[in-house]
Amino acid sequence: MSSLIEDPLMEAEAGIDESIRYAFQNHMDSLDTVPDWWRNFKTNAFESYANMPMPRRNDENWRFANRKNLDLGKFQFDLDSDSADVPSLIEQSSFTETQAGSYVVADNKIVHANRAPKELTEQGVIWSPLSEAIVEHGDLLRDYFMKQAIDLGSEKFAHLHSAFVTNGVLLYIPKGIEIEAPFCSYNWSTSENGTMFPHTLVIAEENAKASVIEAHLSEGEQSAFSCGVTHIFAGVGSQLNYTLIQNLNEKTLGFQINSNIAGKDSTVNMNSVILGCGHYRSETHGQIKGSGAHVDMRSMALADADQEIDQRTLQTHSAPHTTSNLLFKNALKENSKTIFSGLIKVDAVAQQTDAYQTNRNLLLSNTAEANSLPGLEIEANDVKCSHGATTSEIQDEEIFYMLARGIPKDAAEELIVYGFFEEILENIDDEKLSGCTRQLIRKKFGS
Amino acid sequence: MTTAANNIEIDRDKGDFKYAETHKFDAGVGLNEGTVDYICDVKGEDDWIRDFRKRALKVFQDKPMPTHWATKDLENIDFNKIRYYLAGDQRAKKSWDDVPDEVKETFERLGIPENERKFLAGVEAQFDSEAAYSNIKEAVAKDGVIFMGSTDGLMEHPEIFKKWFGKVIPTGDNKFSALNSAVFSGGSFIYVPPGVKVSHPLQAYFRINAENFGQFERTLIIADEGSEVTYMEGCTAPKFDTATLHSAVVELVAMPGAKIEYITVQNWSSNVFNLVTKRAIAHENSVVKWIDCNIGSRLTMKYPGVILKGRKARGEVLSIALANDGQHQDTGAKMIHAADDTTSNVISKSISVGKGRSTYRGQVHMPKHLKGCKNNTECDALLINSDSRTDTYPAITVRGDQNYVQHEASVSKVSAEQIFYMQQRGLSEAEAMSLSVNGFVNDLTRQFPMEYSVELKRLIELEMEGSVG
Repeated sequence: MSSLIEDPLMEAEAGIDESIRYAFQNHMDSLDTVPDWWRNFKTNAFESYANMPMPRRNDENWRFANRKNLDLGKFQFDLDSDSADVPSLIEQSSFTETQAGSYVVADNKIVHANRAPKELTEQGVIWSPLSEAIVEHGDLLRDYFMKQAIDLGSEKFAHLHSAFVTNGVLLYIPKGIEIEAPFCSYNWSTSENGTMFPHTLVIAEENAKASVIEAHLSEGEQSAFSCGVTHIFAGVGSQLNYTLIQNLNEKTLGFQINSNIAGKDSTVNMNSVILGCGHYRSETHGQIKGSGAHVDMRSMALADADQEIDQRTLQTHSAPHTTSNLLFKNALKENSKTIFSGLIKVDAVAQQTDAYQTNRNLLLSNTAEANSLPGLEIEANDVKCSHGATTSEIQDEEIFYMLARGIPKDAAEELIVYGFFEEILENIDDEKLSGCTRQLIRKKFGS
Repeated sequence: MTTAANNIEIDRDKGDFKYAETHKFDAGVGLNEGTVDYICDVKGEDDWIRDFRKRALKVFQDKPMPTHWATKDLENIDFNKIRYYLAGDQRAKKSWDDVPDEVKETFERLGIPENERKFLAGVEAQFDSEAAYSNIKEAVAKDGVIFMGSTDGLMEHPEIFKKWFGKVIPTGDNKFSALNSAVFSGGSFIYVPPGVKVSHPLQAYFRINAENFGQFERTLIIADEGSEVTYMEGCTAPKFDTATLHSAVVELVAMPGAKIEYITVQNWSSNVFNLVTKRAIAHENSVVKWIDCNIGSRLTMKYPGVILKGRKARGEVLSIALANDGQHQDTGAKMIHAADDTTSNVISKSISVGKGRSTYRGQVHMPKHLKGCKNNTECDALLINSDSRTDTYPAITVRGDQNYVQHEASVSKVSAEQIFYMQQRGLSEAEAMSLSVNGFVNDLTRQFPMEYSVELKRLIELEMEGSVG
């Protein structure tokens, strides 16, 4: 259906910048105490990265996406800076009322650690920086680290992540342990042309329960590259809540590759609040593998100026009696552009599946562009599946209602957008966190 | 059900018969410049057509198969084994009496002359590469309406034909439009003068009789200012063991205020690759409506489109697809909004039976600087058996001012309660299923001309037979 005009310029980019290879050598030299398997894993990942072509014009996973901003040549991959104002970062890294543990990471370095309380660690809970986990929990990492399929188009960038990742968090919850307070990971970008590779790995055993909050933030207005991966393994009957707040500055190029595997009778909730980055690409794959599992995927994005927010999702149902629900809401200001591309895949064995997918785009300017690609691939017949996508502006009646009550037009529009996002924000349990999020949205609206 | 089936005159196998081939003209097997030259020579075409065909052949050869998004089944087409031109005579006859006996008999068995007498304003019947019969009722011709085979149209009305030919669908639009542009033959040419409203439908019937054959008709319909026309096409072929290719290009031009309705009931046999490009340009205040029913073929890929070029133009696609064992109905719609206040509506219903697969692929495009555009898209899929399959791949881009788009799709099966309810009232399970499926498409078929909705209903009943249990 798309015309097939070849694009020789883009094809030529398949190779990689030699400076990245040089940086990778430096990176490997700096790892003196890591085990051999980790070294080999990284070397293999880098070679896979180097050998894989850049996304091509004809890649269906990159339809409508701008591929011209993906040049990584200017970024510092062997970054080693201590320039961050650590006390200020720590002070700003408090989005929640309570916490079971938190780490503050500045350009891949842990600058502050709140370990998990003793009563949890005694029960076998692991809340560990990745750099420690590589040494102390090698067996766990070898079984779970980067073990979920990357299949939504950013395979090359996932390999890049594996090659350079140095920090991140591992959360392991043993059988039957329920923890109410969230575990938090704050990742700061602080250096000019810096790179960061946030990683979150959550493993929940049978009937475990936990919440994880991840924030990606910028200190300053410098350009940067962020390439994060979050993998969630939800064991039988477990319940996991995950919330990502992304507020990197608008000079940042960001990738976020998320995936979860939901086991029998488990519940996984994934919420995303996307505000920042000049060009942001996120991929979320919900793999519903055990019967009785439920996966919820929600996202809100507020795009302005020349931002491009490109979100790809996949809901794979491969067991009977499962449900999934997706709601992605975007509000677009100025010249911004969003892409929502979602697919529900129901395997032939996954009878009695209920799967829903909804994308709503609110255009706040006549130069903004919203793209929707809501897809279904259904191979089982006893299912209830639907998707809906709408794109529109604020209706005149809504504005009129507010004007008639003395609210000026600008304020009315702002209120309507807040209302539009509430459907996502009301799912964030921690009140301080949802309050912080509302503040970030307001701040962005005011700018 | 069985008694009902006995009374059904129109059925899937009705087209499954053939006559021995007695073609005077045969371009042989395979495709190269010589094939194109042969077609030009027998048709006695001008040099500009020869150049056009040869450029298109080059484009076809250079373009890769679109398998990065389309099914790999396309790779099973062997272009070197297909015969690209087979004809008895280049000029269509105006009376059934002049049509060769076996060709006439073919169309009589398909009920074409009978329908012509009953409710049609004009009929064209294409047999392999060329139209065997073409006639328009005198009353309609008197108004200046032109209805003839494309081969004749190109010869007799080059001034109208050339102006629009290849303008709605350029040669390089896709691999199969390029193939068609290289070897096209047959199809309909219609011109409706300003203000003329053709009260009865014009019909074309496409018949493939020969094995290993490729049919490449080219249809061009121009409805001048304020005119109205309805065009219906039907198609059948006998069932061969080898693959047959049908790759048409259909271009519609609706001038300001004109109204075109284009109805297709596609019932090719299950060895036919049906890869068709259909598109319309809709000028100011015009309406283009595609009604597209796909029952037959092995693989159909067809996405009728409307380029909404003039203010307040409207485009509609109503689509019904039924995919049975061994069939893949990959259908959909394209709505390209290119003027203010344009509206479009797409309603697609698909039914997958047995191992059948139905796919909806759609595109809705609203660029910037436009205002007041609206699109509504609804896709519903019904899955009958546990190994039936359905996919939906819409692509929607919206910019501009006060534009509104909504897309909805659902997938479901016939509910067990519904079937149970009907069985309690004495219907067999198969009858109940058939009734449910007809109910599923009913709100769409109600919008079709009566003759077609009746035919479609019967076809669905037949397809559903034996699908349960």
